[in-house]
Amino acid sequence: MLDLDPVLLARIQFAFTISFHIVFPAFTIGLASWLAVLEWRWLRTGYHIYKELYKMWIKIFAVCFGMGVVSGVVMSYQFGTNWSVFSDKVGNVIGPLLGYEVLTAFFLEASFLGIMLFGWGRVSKNMHFASTCIVAAGTFISAFWIISANSWMQTPQGFEIRSDGLLYPTSWLEIIFNPSFPYRLTHMLLAAYLTTAFTVGGIGAYYLWRNIYVKHAKIMFANAMLMAIFVSPIQLFAGDSHGLNTLEHQPAKIAAIEGIWETGTGAGLRLFAIPDQKEETNHYEVVIPKVASLILTHSLDGKLKGLKEWKPEDRPPVAIIFWSFRIMVAIGFAMIFTGIIAVILFIRKKLFKTKWFQYWCMAMTPSGFIALLAGWFVTEIGRQPYVAYGIIRTSDGVSPVISEQIAITLLLFIITYIFIFGAGSFYIIKLILKGPKVVSDNEAFYSNSIEASATKNLSANNMKE
Amino acid sequence: MLDFSAYIDLPLVWGFIIATSVFLYAALDGFDLGCGIIFPFAPSDKCRDSIINSIAPFWDGNETWLVLGGGGLFASFPLAYSVLMPAFYIPIMLMLFGLIFRGVAFEFRFKSSDDHKKIWDVAFHGGSLLAAFMQGIILGNFVQGVEVDGRNFAGGALDWANGFSVIAGLGVISAYSLLGSTWIIMKTNGVTHSWAKKVASYVLVYVAISMCTISVSMPFIDKRITELWFSLPNFFYLAPIPLLALIGFVRLWLDLRSDRHARPFVITLILFFLGYLGLGISLFPWIVPFKFTIWQAAASPTSQSILLIGTAIFLPIILLYTAHVYYVFRGKTSADPMY
Repeated sequence: MLDLDPVLLARIQFAFTISFHIVFPAFTIGLASWLAVLEWRWLRTGYHIYKELYKMWIKIFAVCFGMGVVSGVVMSYQFGTNWSVFSDKVGNVIGPLLGYEVLTAFFLEASFLGIMLFGWGRVSKNMHFASTCIVAAGTFISAFWIISANSWMQTPQGFEIRSDGLLYPTSWLEIIFNPSFPYRLTHMLLAAYLTTAFTVGGIGAYYLWRNIYVKHAKIMFANAMLMAIFVSPIQLFAGDSHGLNTLEHQPAKIAAIEGIWETGTGAGLRLFAIPDQKEETNHYEVVIPKVASLILTHSLDGKLKGLKEWKPEDRPPVAIIFWSFRIMVAIGFAMIFTGIIAVILFIRKKLFKTKWFQYWCMAMTPSGFIALLAGWFVTEIGRQPYVAYGIIRTSDGVSPVISEQIAITLLLFIITYIFIFGAGSFYIIKLILKGPKVVSDNEAFYSNSIEASATKNLSANNMKE
Repeated sequence: MLDFSAYIDLPLVWGFIIATSVFLYAALDGFDLGCGIIFPFAPSDKCRDSIINSIAPFWDGNETWLVLGGGGLFASFPLAYSVLMPAFYIPIMLMLFGLIFRGVAFEFRFKSSDDHKKIWDVAFHGGSLLAAFMQGIILGNFVQGVEVDGRNFAGGALDWANGFSVIAGLGVISAYSLLGSTWIIMKTNGVTHSWAKKVASYVLVYVAISMCTISVSMPFIDKRITELWFSLPNFFYLAPIPLLALIGFVRLWLDLRSDRHARPFVITLILFFLGYLGLGISLFPWIVPFKFTIWQAAASPTSQSILLIGTAIFLPIILLYTAHVYYVFRGKTSADPMY
């Protein structure tokens, strides 16, 4: 067998499964809220297009939610299978956060999803709407707890380490509301909304471009553009504040993001560079003088710490953080740009008719997902070489299992996830191409096929009783 | 800091909560995994559609108990979590792969054309079978105990592959099949219903055999278990468990030969509970059998206390709305598309 490093393998496996997982909750956080809005609009206005959109998107929601659930169950066990020493040491502190996530969010989502998907016609309209809202709320509550646990790993506080080497909580409020938590939660929820918005907008643009389902497409496109106009600029501020928070608590991560090796004043913003971890320098730099200091310290001559302040073994890997960050920011600006164009086209009354803008929005469909993953790469790889920042090194948290086990299961994960992701994408594309099912204006809540079969069943049972 | 340890025995309460959620998981996901196991043997595609429809609204909630089992163990007994997960690395991973395939099969099956449907039927069956077998393997190994050094697992990667755990694996497959088939008896009519009755009478025999085998071999695993069951007066206190099980089997056997719809499922749940209770009594108070008790592996009292508050508030609510979902989807299901 090859001499494989179990720590690296465990990291790759965890990174792979969590990257695959995060895509689905992020998308469903945004989609659940949008479905609630659609159903609310339908109940308020009775306009059937809202209902048809709801019924189309709930199928896509179900596919994504299902993939999120199965890949999420994996996560709740991988803490133990891959990072058992870490789990043993910090279980007292972050275990309860995960416990609360299951109790307050997972059951809520899973149970009411059943009603949301299959209860159409079985329960009252209000009960159905309530179920949609509960599922949407569940996605938020879930994000709250898991981001809290994640943020604690970035900026740990509210604990003491006793003689047995284990962590013991001293303040739950300090643990839950740790310094990076509010910033990370805001940044993540906005990212989830934008991810969904650009997906919905891209598909709306596709319908407009093909000139099919135009009524539906206009709602999808307009809602997405509203998010692009208002949420993307807010995200810029949220991201900026998150960066300042990181500068305060994890300056090494900022140094890697900016590709700064030497501590100094008036640091420049590197637009392009190939960071070299060994030589402790960058190649082919393109620098705008003083701008990094301006952004991070709000002063042209602000002082920023360089990576050389830390011992080589305490530095995160620079190149991947540097580039992931630039990809994320570039997409963020592309989103803001989309919003600006949408405003201009709206004022000129050409929002739904501009072909080149439809191409642009179609191209932006996956942008949210890419930015989201890039952002998580920055923050998680930026935490290295620690698993809990400054307390436990990643290499000390790994399970006492042999490399071969991790390697084989990693391979199985890759094959399985590619297969499932492929199949999932295939069915989602099929649903999109099929489009919303157009039904007559005055169709009643209880009269189409599902409702009919459900009521038929009920009445059959009633007769038997 | 918040700490209830002066008033209640926290590890004991948590041991009970974890045991309860594992039981609820096994009973609830047990019937839908069981449906998956017997699914390909159903007489027609229409029957298969009704079977899927009968569990579609519930499987997601059922599986969440598994997340509570994992997450709850991590929070309340981190030591046990960090010893057991690496010990069962491969069975857990294989179980997860099984659950992934069957989970997505639900969603994909609804959306696929007829020729693709076959792929998801295979994924649904294979995934259910693999997950059930691996859960049995994990159970079989759990009761035998694992190698520990200090606070870490110290055994080999393939320790879990042994005869007893294979028997436990087959036992879990048959137990889930019985739960699944009696569920189908309750939830369907016509051909599917009468087919499920035949399946139930058939797997009933296997369940009886595996329950006997495991019960008989348990005392040989550790002499404390022998003492527990066969010393006086314990013997008389514990005798009702096997006796009730025996009555249950006979009652179920008779019910499957008469026109009972819901009772076979209820009796199977009771049998399942009795088997679980027997195991629970044998293994108490171990959380990593014969190495760590619930008191030795417990999280700090303040961690167990904070989560206990949440559990006391939310668990009853969860049970209420779970019951509500089962109530909304009460009665017989049909083979018609659900969306």
